[in-house]
Amino acid sequence: MQKFTSLSAVAAPLPEKNVNTDIIIPIKRLVGTERGTLGEFAFEPWRYGADGRPNPNFVLNQPRYAGAEILIAGTNFACGSSREGAVWALNEFGIRALMAPSFGAIFFNNCFQSGVLPIVLDDAIIDDFMIQAREVVAGSEFNIDLERQIVTSPDGTTVTFETESFRREALLAGLDDLGMTMKRIGDIDAFQAADRDARPWIYGLQHKV
Amino acid sequence: MASRTMFDKVWDLHVVADLGGDMALLHADRILVHDLSGARALGALLEQGLEVRNPELCFAAPDHTVTTNPATGGIGNFHETCVRPLQDLTAQGKIRHFGLGDKGFGILHVIGPEQGITLPGTTVVCGDSHTCTHGGMGALAWGIGVSELVHALATQTVMQRKPKRMRVNFDGLLPDWLSAKDLILHVIGREGAASGDGYAVEYAGAPIRNLSVEARLTLCNLSIEMGAKVGMIAPDDIIYQYLSGRPYAPVGADWDRALAVWGELASDSEAAFDAEVNVPIDDLAPHISWGTSPEHTIAVTDRIPDPADEADLDRRQALSAAQEYIGLNPGAPIEGTPVDWVFIGSCTNSRLSDFAEAARVVEGRKVSEGVRAWAVPGSEAVKAEVEAAGLHRVLEAAGVEWRLPGCSLCVGANGETVPAGQRCVSTSNRNFVGRQGKGSRTHLASPAMAAAAAVTGQITDVRKLMG
Ligand code: SF4
Repeated sequence: MQKFTSLSAVAAPLPEKNVNTDIIIPIKRLVGTERGTLGEFAFEPWRYGADGRPNPNFVLNQPRYAGAEILIAGTNFACGSSREGAVWALNEFGIRALMAPSFGAIFFNNCFQSGVLPIVLDDAIIDDFMIQAREVVAGSEFNIDLERQIVTSPDGTTVTFETESFRREALLAGLDDLGMTMKRIGDIDAFQAADRDARPWIYGLQHKV
Repeated sequence: MASRTMFDKVWDLHVVADLGGDMALLHADRILVHDLSGARALGALLEQGLEVRNPELCFAAPDHTVTTNPATGGIGNFHETCVRPLQDLTAQGKIRHFGLGDKGFGILHVIGPEQGITLPGTTVVCGDSHTCTHGGMGALAWGIGVSELVHALATQTVMQRKPKRMRVNFDGLLPDWLSAKDLILHVIGREGAASGDGYAVEYAGAPIRNLSVEARLTLCNLSIEMGAKVGMIAPDDIIYQYLSGRPYAPVGADWDRALAVWGELASDSEAAFDAEVNVPIDDLAPHISWGTSPEHTIAVTDRIPDPADEADLDRRQALSAAQEYIGLNPGAPIEGTPVDWVFIGSCTNSRLSDFAEAARVVEGRKVSEGVRAWAVPGSEAVKAEVEAAGLHRVLEAAGVEWRLPGCSLCVGANGETVPAGQRCVSTSNRNFVGRQGKGSRTHLASPAMAAAAAVTGQITDVRKLMG
C-alpha cells in the first residue's frame, strides 16, 4: 500500500450532498472491470453524457482541475453501498485525499485500505475551501500534512484535523489493516480459546455442512 | 457494571484487542460471502498465499448475479464470471457454499436468519451494506469493504471504530395496512439519509415488540439508508421460537446456555444513548419514495415537495435534480402516478409474509395492462413456503411473474433491469439514480403498496383498495 505523509495538490469542489457510491462507480463496472482500470469510470454517470462523451460541466472534466488529487465534497460523501471499488476508482483516477463534513461510514474505513486520506472538517471550513477551490487561480494548491494534521489552503489559511492515531500511523507507514492485525495473531488465538468455553454454540458448525 | 446498551453488551463480548482511541479489534462470529465482493476478497486472500482462518464460521451464496428467470435454473450471463468463481473459491477455502440447486440457496441476508446462522448477540459481517438486516435478530451486523473482508477471512476479526448509540422509539398502534417498511421509510424521510451517520441504532418501543421476525429484518435492513451501519432490535421469545430447530441453531445444552446469554442482551433500563428519536405511528399513512434518495419519502397522501420551499441552495438544487430525473413535478400528488413495473423482492421484502401481503392485495384482481410485475423470493426456502401455501398461484393468477430466488431487479447486477425512463414501484431499499438500470425510476414502498400499484397501474393508497 502506498504511504501517505503529505500532499500538495489542486483540489476539486463537489458540493453535492449525499453523493452515493453508485455515482462514484456504477455496479456494472465492478462486475466486468479489472481493478487498476476503474479510474476511467470514476463518477461515470456524471462525467460522461448519454453519448459517452465527457460532460464539460462536470467539475473533474474542467481543465482548471486537471490533475486534482484532492476532492472537497459535501456532507455524507460516498454513502450507500459498501463497494470498495468506490475508493479504488477515485484512487485510480488520481485522488489521494478527500475533505468533507462527513463521509459514508463504510467508505471512510475503505479509504485506509488504499492509502487514501479522508479528512472531516466543519461545514463552514468546507464551504470556505469550496470557494477557494473555485475562485483562486487555476493551479493553486492545497497542502495536507498528515504528520502535523494540518491543511493549508491556497489563501494561506491553516486548519487542523483529527485522525485516529492508529489510522495515522498505518497511513504514514503504508500498512493496511491486515498488516497491522497480523502482528496480533496471539491475541486472536487467546480470545477464541476463551470464547469457545464461554460461547460453544458459536463454533463447531462444520459438522452440519 | 455500569448500565449498558444492547450494542455495548454485544460489542464488549467481541473485543479481541483495544487499539486505542475508539478503535478495537473485534471477533467476527459469522462472515458472509457473495459473488461480487466476496469472490473478489477470497480471490485476493488465496492469491496472497493466506488461508481462511475459520472456514466453519463462513457462509457463501451467489445471490447478486444469478438470473431469476424460471426457464434458466438460475444460470445466466454471469454464471462463468461470478457464480462459478465463488463456487470454486469457496471449495478451495472450505467454506459452506449455498449454490444454485441447494435447498439453502438464497440472498445471504435472507438465509442467515433462516438457517439459524445469524444468532442474537453474534457479530455478522459481509461485503454488503445491507448486512445491517441481521440486526433484526439481535445481532451486531454491518457491511464491510473488500479489504476488510480479506482481513476478516484471514483473521476472523474486524477493525472497528466504536460508533455512538442512538435509540429510535416507536410509539402507538400500527395502523391497518402499515408495515415495518412504512415505519422505516417514514423515519428516513423525516430524519434524513445521513441522520444515522456515526451511530449504531436500536429500534425500540411497544410497536417493535409486536413485530414478527420478518418485519424486524425489514426494519433493520434500511438502517444504512439513514446512514447507520448498524441497526438492532433486542431479541425476545419471538426470535427464540423462530430460531429453535433451524439447521445451524444451537441444540441441547448449548441452546440452554445460549438462551441464558441472549436473555441478558437487552439494553439496561438506565442505559444512556447519545441520541434519542421519538416516532409516533398512530396516524401514519403508507409511505412511498418520490425521488432519488430514500430520504425523498412522503406519505402516499402527500404531494411532491416544492424545491422553492427549500431555503438551502444545495438542497434546492438536489430536489430539482431528483424531480427532473424521476419525471415528477413539484406540488403534484404522488398518488395516481402511472407505473410500468412492480418489483416485489430483495433482502428488504422477499420473505413469506411479504408475498402473503402482496397476494392478499392482488387476489381476485389483475395486473394492470402494460405493467410488468415480478415477485422474486429471497430464498429457496421462502419459495417452497410460498408454494406450499399456494400463494404463488394467487400471484400468478393475477398476472404477477413468480421467479427464482436472487437479488434481481434490486440492483440489476445480474442483468435484470428496468428500462430507461420506466417507473417501478419496488420493495427494495435504494432508489438511487440508475439503481434498477440506467435511467430507471424507482419508488420504494411496502409489498402491499407495490401490489396495489400493480393492479391499478398507478401509485395507489393500498387502504383504498382494501377498505
Ligand atoms: S437484494 Fe439488493 S440490497 Fe439486498 S443484498 Fe441483494 S443487491 Fe444488495
